Amino acid sequence: MEHLELFFKSIFIDNMVFSVFLGMCSYLAVSKKVSTAVGLGAAVIFVLGVTVPLNWLLDQYLLKDGALAWMGPEYADYDLGFLSFILFIATIATMVQLVEIVVEKFSPALYNSLGIFLPLIAVNCAILGGSLFMQTREIPNIGLAFNYGISSGIGWFLAILAIAAIREKIRYSNVPAPLRGLGITFIITGLMGIGFQSFGGMLTGDNEPPEGTETTTVKAENKEEKEIKKEIEDKEKAVSYNEVINK
Amino acid sequence: MALLSKKDTNLILDPLADNNPITIQVLGICSALAITAELKASVVMAISVLFVLGVGNVVISLLRNIIPAKIRIIVQLVVVAALVIIVDQVLKAFAYELSKTLSVFVGLIITNCIIMGRFEAFALGNGPWKSFLDGIGNALGYGVILVIVGFFRELLGSGTLFGFKVLGDPVAKTGLYALGYENNGFMIIPPAALIVVGIIIWVQRSKNRALIEEA
Repeated sequence: MEHLELFFKSIFIDNMVFSVFLGMCSYLAVSKKVSTAVGLGAAVIFVLGVTVPLNWLLDQYLLKDGALAWMGPEYADYDLGFLSFILFIATIATMVQLVEIVVEKFSPALYNSLGIFLPLIAVNCAILGGSLFMQTREIPNIGLAFNYGISSGIGWFLAILAIAAIREKIRYSNVPAPLRGLGITFIITGLMGIGFQSFGGMLTGDNEPPEGTETTTVKAENKEEKEIKKEIEDKEKAVSYNEVINK
Repeated sequence: MALLSKKDTNLILDPLADNNPITIQVLGICSALAITAELKASVVMAISVLFVLGVGNVVISLLRNIIPAKIRIIVQLVVVAALVIIVDQVLKAFAYELSKTLSVFVGLIITNCIIMGRFEAFALGNGPWKSFLDGIGNALGYGVILVIVGFFRELLGSGTLFGFKVLGDPVAKTGLYALGYENNGFMIIPPAALIVVGIIIWVQRSKNRALIEEA
């Protein structure tokens, strides 16, 4: 159940692009054609799915406060948290290099169309952001870390696919000249972001919005109304009793 | 000899408008959008990037002749990561609340494409002084957009600037609020940043029509 919840949450509610704006540079630059967008999206899913669990292991057994305890009790006091940036980025750079080699070998066409953006995955904030969010949100086990990586990758894929499709169509519409290209893409993304905000109500788990106050006041009003009605009924009853008695 | 030749001044001034990293080169967008709900966070972010890019450019430029081309990305990442760790630790020590607001975005300076972009495009081919100026110029161009977006979002969204109530008190109904003005909650939510940047791009390109893209 928590897997399912995390899955949908990372795709829709905490969408990488629309709620935290990660990986915007490649999102904006590679979204002119659906085919390249799909290629980059798939690469991002793969790299996220591999690096987040790997970095989870690093975080758990090297970086966390007291994570070195497995080496012996004298190491239990070390907190290497400040090294996390450098270790995370090293993992990512290695994985990206690997993906580059694999893609070049098996799909030279895709390799050529991605061009400079394949190495740029290494500096795609979505990838490092995935690992950093994994760290700050304290994801409890490696299964969930894997799930988090894959599903935020899918969220990113979804976003870039949608914007690429829109940009292919928008060529036929009459956009004001200064807004063409980059400007309109920003604004469309903003509007899509507003749309995605509405998914926020889909799962209301631990952090419930402060709507509680409203519902309680409504209930209170209902209570008062009920009491008043009851009083009126009581009075009517009393009146009718009186009438009966008087008769 | 003047401290800055004409060419040097251009290194600083060009990225401010006509070759702006955010609106023209489309680099470093993520942080520009995510942390601009408050002006204070925007300014701190701009200063952090100024430091990392200025110093990083000098370091890379000094190392440029001894870095093997094949592993240059890793070397660059290590230099940036080291500088960002310094910024992160300083923020945590002296401005803990703010570093909480910025959360992971300080770490994400590492992957800010402006920095890698400048290393690749400039520092690897130019001397330290020029690289320093280029770094400062680009960081300022980035900072300008950040501050503009932060200014409008905080002013219209919360009616404050740097946390000071400039439009009056929304609870006591003073200042503009007495005339019936309401805070625009839309400006606080993340998508507003995208739309504000979109409008900045629109304004900039209407002023300088040479920048207009082909569909």
